[in-house]
Amino acid sequence: MKTRYSYGGDEHIFVECDEEMSLEAFFKSLSITTAVKKARIKGVTEICPANASFQIKFNPDVIKPSDMLKELKAIEKQAAKSKPVIKSRIIEIPVLYNDPWTHETLMRFRERHQDPSSTDIEYTARINNLDGVDGFVKAHSGAPWFVSMVGFVAGLPFLYQMVDRQRQIQSPKYLRPRTDTPKLTVGHGGCFGCIYSVRGAGGYQMFGITPVPIYDPNQKIKHLKDFMCLFRPGDIVKWKPIDREEYDSTVAAVEKGRFNLKMKDVTFDLNEFKKDMDGTNAKLMGALNGR
Amino acid sequence: MAVNVIKPGLSTTVQDLGRPGYYHIGIPLSGAMDRLAAKAANWLVGNKEGAAVLEAVFMGPELKFTEEATVAVTGAELPPKVDGEVRDTWTSFKVKKGQTLSFDFLKKGARAYIAISGGIDVPVVLGSRSTYALGALGGFTGRKLEAGDKLPVGKGRAVKEGRSVPEKLRRGPGQPAELRMIPGLYWHRITEAAGKQFLADTWKVANEADRIGYRFKGGKPLEFVAREQPFGAGSDPSNIVDACYPYGSIQIPSGTEPIVLHRDAVSGGGYFMVGAVISADMDLIGQMQPNTPARFVEVTMAQALKARKDRAKLIEKIKAGL
Repeated sequence: MKTRYSYGGDEHIFVECDEEMSLEAFFKSLSITTAVKKARIKGVTEICPANASFQIKFNPDVIKPSDMLKELKAIEKQAAKSKPVIKSRIIEIPVLYNDPWTHETLMRFRERHQDPSSTDIEYTARINNLDGVDGFVKAHSGAPWFVSMVGFVAGLPFLYQMVDRQRQIQSPKYLRPRTDTPKLTVGHGGCFGCIYSVRGAGGYQMFGITPVPIYDPNQKIKHLKDFMCLFRPGDIVKWKPIDREEYDSTVAAVEKGRFNLKMKDVTFDLNEFKKDMDGTNAKLMGALNGR
Repeated sequence: MAVNVIKPGLSTTVQDLGRPGYYHIGIPLSGAMDRLAAKAANWLVGNKEGAAVLEAVFMGPELKFTEEATVAVTGAELPPKVDGEVRDTWTSFKVKKGQTLSFDFLKKGARAYIAISGGIDVPVVLGSRSTYALGALGGFTGRKLEAGDKLPVGKGRAVKEGRSVPEKLRRGPGQPAELRMIPGLYWHRITEAAGKQFLADTWKVANEADRIGYRFKGGKPLEFVAREQPFGAGSDPSNIVDACYPYGSIQIPSGTEPIVLHRDAVSGGGYFMVGAVISADMDLIGQMQPNTPARFVEVTMAQALKARKDRAKLIEKIKAGL
């Protein structure tokens, strides 16, 4: 893993922790950005961790770009010594797979897809050697996912599947991006899952939809009253497949302010996870389900 | 007091100097695309530089005033009219109670800034009144203006009519527009010849040019350095593992049409970037119409910082003159 620094114009420093995605690269990005936050460097205005990289925005009238670079390199050295352990939250997100709304949308943009004759799930199941839609749902919802970045648009989580690389679902983005994606679509591009926080353009495959809002600029929804975005980097997501009936009742419960988001505080240790992925995931699931 | 929106114009939004601090969760800075023009408009009417103004794209709104106020229009050459009578841009004028402010056709530039004494008094959301339309956040109920809206306006202080910014202090893009940029980020993904060609080509602003980003077309497709794509990046040679996008960063999906991200930038994604436009030239982009020819000009960090200082001096001069 080689760290690469670059200026982004005169107001940003962009740091690539690794060219390829891995949880190690993400933890490096998270530990350095956490240390930058703690260092309270004058002139820093934005600290943005991403999947395998991060970015600092600063005011060059307050701190010279070359000094900012020096500070970051010093922090990188220190952060390398920190243990890859974080306080995290595991959050259950119900998903109606193969729902009518993403289905309608994917049919509308079929000519922009790699395989116009099948749906996004069917296509992704096939290229990942999974046994049809059911096999896909099992693989997709079987293990938890790590929030390795929040962004693109407000509150959108990028999710990294917590299984070894051979078992990770991979699927290309659409050949040409769609101009429409239903709000709260559960999507996938490359090795990353996502939840579209708002309706809009998008290029990820569409697998289903969640009834749980993850962004509310008006902060009316119960679990978004403290802050308008649900996710932060380092969160862990567990998908829960649901049927149409549960989808409808959850939507109604959210509207009436009666929906309780299932969420538990957990500690995540990357070394422990690497030693025993399935065991660590089972423990996380246990924490989520109060065992 | 309030201002009633009779006609909204094409895309008129409430903007101030933006909402820093939330880019890490995908909420961009927002704020006036031409910050110099927004500041000048505010100073002309006696507001603080960060008061909320209206940003009107290509076409002005029609606004009826319920109280007297001082108004100034800067940025694009979009001549204001009070009850049909033309007023100068970059100059303060009074609009009396019951009068209507409308606009003539656009003569130059792309975005006009309409400051009203007292400032547009929409609620402050996450530290700013700016509209982030994609996230339905801030501004007037999170969206562009519509007919029938009643815009709240704060209490202003009395300033003279006819205060003006001298013409030589107004800044706009040239023909072709020269956008200075520092090569970097993923510049190494394209060949040396492609890098030279990118800087030599004259591009044109495409129709997809908005607050999120400006797309350019007309240059030659860029050739990539061959590599095996890293895990998680995606198969196209222009793909990277999804990363943060700096403001002003120049991404070139598939190596064909560069997109420069602006104030409502998407905060990250999976396309490589060849560098970023320097902060001193970001305002200029906001004044470019579709089909404006443009060139990307390579500069060093030292040159970028010098340009930033020069721009700050220009802004100081405008302020001192008022």
